[in-house]
Parts: sequence; structure tokens; C-alpha cells
Amino acid sequence: MTDKKPKNVFKQGAISSEFIGESIAKHQTKTSIGAHNIFLGQVRADVIDGKTVTAIEYTAYEDMANAKFDEIRETAFEKFELTCMHIYHSLGVVKAGEICLFVFVSSPKRKVVFKALEYIVEEIKAQVPVFGKEIFEDDSHQWKKNM
Amino acid sequence: MIITIKYFGLIAEVTNQSEESIDFSGRLISDLLNTLYAKYPDLKNKDFQVAQNQELVSESTEITGQELALLPPFSGG
Repeated sequence: MTDKKPKNVFKQGAISSEFIGESIAKHQTKTSIGAHNIFLGQVRADVIDGKTVTAIEYTAYEDMANAKFDEIRETAFEKFELTCMHIYHSLGVVKAGEICLFVFVSSPKRKVVFKALEYIVEEIKAQVPVFGKEIFEDDSHQWKKNM
Repeated sequence: MIITIKYFGLIAEVTNQSEESIDFSGRLISDLLNTLYAKYPDLKNKDFQVAQNQELVSESTEITGQELALLPPFSGG
């Protein structure tokens, strides 16, 4: 752990396709990059006991989560030859079909970004204290669990 | 000593609050859990982990007085 305060990964609400597009555009000046890889987590309209999920409301233990995101980022930079990496996660209500997680890795070489992205997404799912409340069409809810 | 415990997700629904401070004289996380089970019997059949100073700890860990949190299963992404 370093002394610097971890970056804030969280954004209120869904992550827009405009924001994702702009993030890609910003990398046009970084010409040592030869490959980007992007993971987008989208809220699924699961049907559970006959009721359809309309949205997920995300909360988090924000300080611990940002520290964990930071650890994952540092470990990924040690393990893989990455030029840059960006992670954004939603807080609050994200409707079915909207994006709640955006992970973006870049490297000179393609093979690296496939491995790095899978590693980072799996670590996020397992290590980061974020909690999703699945809201159904009748306003009832249940708490989601990552498999 | 006075300790502060944060609750999240399903656990915050069981305790009906997101944070509380209690005067606690036990030594281990397991002592704290017994106190909380007495106060909130429904916690016993819930799945959660305990974090101290933002790191996951076991029931045999000593309580240091730093920030404690009860965390239900993670479901980010």
C-alpha cells in the first residue's frame, strides 16, 4: 500500500456509451499502444420466480472498494505489460440494459490485453465490496451474489 | 472501548441501520459476533464476512478498535 489516496472508481448511475467512446478517443495520442481490450458489464433482466429484474441498485464499502481497486490495478501492472488501465463502476440505480462496469486495458501487444482483462474483471468480482440490489417490476427486491 | 461497525446490503436491512457505535469489552471478532447475534438474532443465518481496517479478518482476529464492517457476499460488476 502506498500513502496516496486511491483513485475513485465509482460513478453515480449508469456508464454512458458517450463516456466510453470518449475514453477510447483520448488514447489516440498514445501511439505506443497497439491493442485495447474493453469489458462492459451490463445489467441483465433476469427472471426469478416469475418476476423480472428491472434495475440493480449498487452500494459499496467505498473506501475499502477503492483501496481494493487500487491493489488490483497495481498487481495487474506488475503481472502484465500494460500501457494504461481504467476501471469505472456504477453506484446507485442502473436499469436493465445499461452499463455498470467499464474496464479498459491497453498494451503494445494484443495477447497481453486478453489475459489482463480477464484477470482484472475476475479479481473485481471476487475482491471488491460492492453490493447489488436486484429490483423487480413490482418494487420488491433481492440481493445479488456473484457466482 | 467504543467501536464503530458499518453494515452493508442485506446485513444493513437486518440491523436496520448502516452504522452504529457500541461500548464493547470483548477481545476477538468472535466475541463481537456473539454480542451482535444476541442483538440481531436474524444475523445468525446470514452469509457475511468481517472487515477490520478495510481488510477481511477471521473470527479469531483480535479487535484493534479500528473500523469494523459486516460485508454480505460481493456482487459488483
